[in-house]
Amino acid sequence: MSGGQSKSSTASWQWLGGVVLIVLAMALPFALSSYHVFELTQVMIYAIAVLGLNILTGYNGQISLGHGGFFAAGAYTAAILMHRYGVPYWATLAPAALICFALGVLFGLPALRFEGPYLALVTLAMAVAMPQLLKYFGTWTGGNQGIVLTKPVPPAAIGLDRDRWLYFLVLIVLLLAMRVAANLLNGRTGRAFVAIRDHPIAAAAMGINTARYKTLAFGTSTLFTGVAGALAAIVIGFVAPESFTLFLSLSFLVGSAVGGIATIGGAIVGGFFIVFVPNLANEISDAAPWAIYGLAMLLFMYVMPRGVIGTAEALGPSLTRAAQRFRTAPSANKSEWKT
Amino acid sequence: MHQLLQQIFSGLAAGAIYASLALALVMIYRATDLVNFAQGEMAMFSTYIAWTLVNAGFPFWGAFVITLFASFVGGMAIERIVIRPVENAPILTAVVVTIGLLLIFNALAGWIYSYTLQEFPSPFPDRILFGALMTTRDVGVIVVTLVMLAALFFFFRFTPTGLAMRAAAQNPESAQLCGIHVGRMLALGWGFAAAIGAVAGIMVAPVLFLDPHMMSGVLLYAFTGALLGGITSPVGAVIGGLLVGVTENLVGTYLIASQLKLTVALLLIILVLVFRPNGLFGTAIVRRV
Amino acid sequence: MRLTRMLTGALCAAGLMLATSSVNAAGQYGPGVTDTEIKIGNTNPYSGPASSYGINGKVHAAYFNMINEQGGINGRKINYISRDDAYSPPKTVELVRQLVEQDKVFLLFAPLGTPPNMSIHSYLNENKVPQLFVATGADQWNDPKHFPWTMMWLPSYGIEAHIYANYILKNLPNAKIAVLYQNDDYGKDYLNGLRAGLGDKASKMIVATQSYETTDPTIDSQVVALQGSGADVLLTAAIPKFAAQTVRKVYDIGWRPTHFLNSVGNSVGLVMKPAGLEKGVGIISATYIMDPTDPRWQNDPGYKEWVAFMNSHGLSGSITDSQAAIGYSYAQTLVEVLKRCGDDLTRENVMKQAASLHNLQLPLLLPGITLNTSADDFDPIKQMQLQKFDGTTWQLFGDVISGSGT
Repeated sequence: MSGGQSKSSTASWQWLGGVVLIVLAMALPFALSSYHVFELTQVMIYAIAVLGLNILTGYNGQISLGHGGFFAAGAYTAAILMHRYGVPYWATLAPAALICFALGVLFGLPALRFEGPYLALVTLAMAVAMPQLLKYFGTWTGGNQGIVLTKPVPPAAIGLDRDRWLYFLVLIVLLLAMRVAANLLNGRTGRAFVAIRDHPIAAAAMGINTARYKTLAFGTSTLFTGVAGALAAIVIGFVAPESFTLFLSLSFLVGSAVGGIATIGGAIVGGFFIVFVPNLANEISDAAPWAIYGLAMLLFMYVMPRGVIGTAEALGPSLTRAAQRFRTAPSANKSEWKT
Repeated sequence: MHQLLQQIFSGLAAGAIYASLALALVMIYRATDLVNFAQGEMAMFSTYIAWTLVNAGFPFWGAFVITLFASFVGGMAIERIVIRPVENAPILTAVVVTIGLLLIFNALAGWIYSYTLQEFPSPFPDRILFGALMTTRDVGVIVVTLVMLAALFFFFRFTPTGLAMRAAAQNPESAQLCGIHVGRMLALGWGFAAAIGAVAGIMVAPVLFLDPHMMSGVLLYAFTGALLGGITSPVGAVIGGLLVGVTENLVGTYLIASQLKLTVALLLIILVLVFRPNGLFGTAIVRRV
Repeated sequence: MRLTRMLTGALCAAGLMLATSSVNAAGQYGPGVTDTEIKIGNTNPYSGPASSYGINGKVHAAYFNMINEQGGINGRKINYISRDDAYSPPKTVELVRQLVEQDKVFLLFAPLGTPPNMSIHSYLNENKVPQLFVATGADQWNDPKHFPWTMMWLPSYGIEAHIYANYILKNLPNAKIAVLYQNDDYGKDYLNGLRAGLGDKASKMIVATQSYETTDPTIDSQVVALQGSGADVLLTAAIPKFAAQTVRKVYDIGWRPTHFLNSVGNSVGLVMKPAGLEKGVGIISATYIMDPTDPRWQNDPGYKEWVAFMNSHGLSGSITDSQAAIGYSYAQTLVEVLKRCGDDLTRENVMKQAASLHNLQLPLLLPGITLNTSADDFDPIKQMQLQKFDGTTWQLFGDVISGSGT
């Protein structure tokens, strides 16, 4: 969401739109089948992961090809805690968040030295190393066989079945994540991130501690993606190295770009893209589904190079202005024309 | 001692494969400031074109030349049609487009040619050299890579087109003011890169065998090698590629079990990059305020 | 108005009840079955790094088309719904739930890959949906006591490794063994199976192991390292691309171990020929099915029928691919089981029929090798035969061996 919008009508439309979406999101699971609820839960999980990537790459300008690795770290943290130590599923989210935050900071420190394709390589190393490490430390991670997890039992008092219970759990985490991200990105930290992204030298000259903010961006980003990974482990009920390939990292990147890299709402669009477009592609062509998936990526980038929400946000002010011009009669008060 | 030599020579042979694709990556980066994730798949697709020609009865070198030309034209076409619309868009948009291209080429190759492994003829006879340290085909890959490197070096340094291309990449506006057709330079860059990729694929296919996933793994190593050497330096790409090949082999043999050798090799390379953030031979990017 | 609305509502409710009713006049039906159709679900990697296995699904679809053209199974057409999971377990879960809950398929047939199958294992068993003839050779699927809805088909990789181990113990008791394996469940199963088969001699006899990833461009370094261990026996558990590289490299560096090559990577056309036919002389392998590129089967009637089938269904590009022969045999097994169900097409009966196979022969299986299952044994194929490469073809030797599993 663009920062700093004050009491203009754009903000109230956004607020209203948000409320409508939340109400819709809460009502949907009761109108849809369990399978669709499960699918939407997946969408939300990927949305949280992509949101993490947006923070780092969109708002702070540090490219990451390795977020699949952090997703895996969160997933395996949750899986090992549940499987080996009997930790209840809901209690694994906080440790996953902390561990992935720490990992991100650890990564962010050497990453300070790199930019552009070099940073891409360093993050790529994370995506490539993860499956190898997971297979190597087999006693902890189950190695190639992975870990099968018992599915969570919803609390009896609430009366929801498992799919819907998990849906709401993930929904709450998503809304929380979006709120935290919005606060972070609309405040000082967010402005520092953006300043570092757009004008690193000027930012440093103005006294912004570039190193601290860049590392913070990394850690926050991986925290979000790690929590998404933990949720994925809980919802799917299985983790294996094959679930976290390089392609996953690339998918996050694509979802981020398609939704809008420097947006919060775009993450949800990205989640939809990652989950639904491959299935759609499979329906269109069973001989070469990836070709359709690739074509979809190209089309989205041509038509909306800033992503869906990114383009919408850019168009937003002009649309509002156009709407206002239609709504109100030309007024003698010229100041009304300024938005 | 014999083990060590064997590993080094195997590393050089593998490294030459990475180096040849790395040259294509560097070519595109120098021309358009973009890392082309689809480079490997484009090279693989070119190789399939060559394979089709050979199967249809063309002599090897005839197929080779035709494929080179077709790839050159194809690369230019891709730049004009696929990349042009996102030229002025944020970098990530272009990256996503190349990822899309990767998927499309891979799926197309699988669809047209199936995923069955194919043999590919080599212009070099199958002989063992240096007392089992290398085969003629491995040497062939190294020689061809070095020849391409020399050609690229010569092109960029001593030809007017090469100079124009460097100018167009570094400063498009000034270059245009000097009368350089920037769009044409970008297309040329992609065309050359595709041709280099085709050569890489054709050289490599007899060794790795041809299937739609032939270059998928190579891309990662080529990328690493290109960056290690300096993404803007063709010489760096070759040296980087060779180093990656040798390092990985030595790490896997003497340092850590084979299951972790890629991880450790990457760590070592990143360590090197920490001290030389622009690669061994890359030029530092000067930022003007 | 009210009356009309009530009547419409009642009619709708009645219609809904009829539509979801599962008992039909002709016989007992499970979900996904009607008088005219049987819906079968499948997941296969049609894209992604494992896409070379996608041919399985394509062959299934073509075979079921052919059966439908011939009138179907007891008058019912097979509606085969196969989706692409790109070998990613989360995707497999999603697609299988879609198949079971949305498409309401009768059963899951030959889902491919160990991790994908593991991710849906408990879901399918909890929901009593057959996970029939899984397309993976891992050992763990033969567990009817805990997972009565899951059945194997392939001889497990562990059985094959046992066969090699027994051969080594008998003929090469002082061997020093090196193992090259793909770093996933498939390769590991061979390594573990070999270890189990050698028993307490394993730690002494296995002197070196090296693994590779499918994303590795070459395995030259691993082969060189294994030679350096001084081993005189090599077991290679690799898919065709890497098996071919291994056979070639072993020869090129002057190493002449007794080389055991796993059944997945022993194709003449895909491995031995690209590597160089003379380089593979003497290699030992085990098999249970015909190699479509081996000249010795060219005149076999079952083989010729398969080739005709492949050519007439647009699959001629895959005639060299042994996966295509395997997929064909899988499909034949399913058709046979469904035929035996007659009109009692419930999920329970399918599992019962599948668990009552007795010496079932299939045209592409080696002579002497048949499918056998029982209530405690959900591994239909347990036999293999050893063969040695002579420079042109694989020469079978010895008797058909029955593996005993892990």
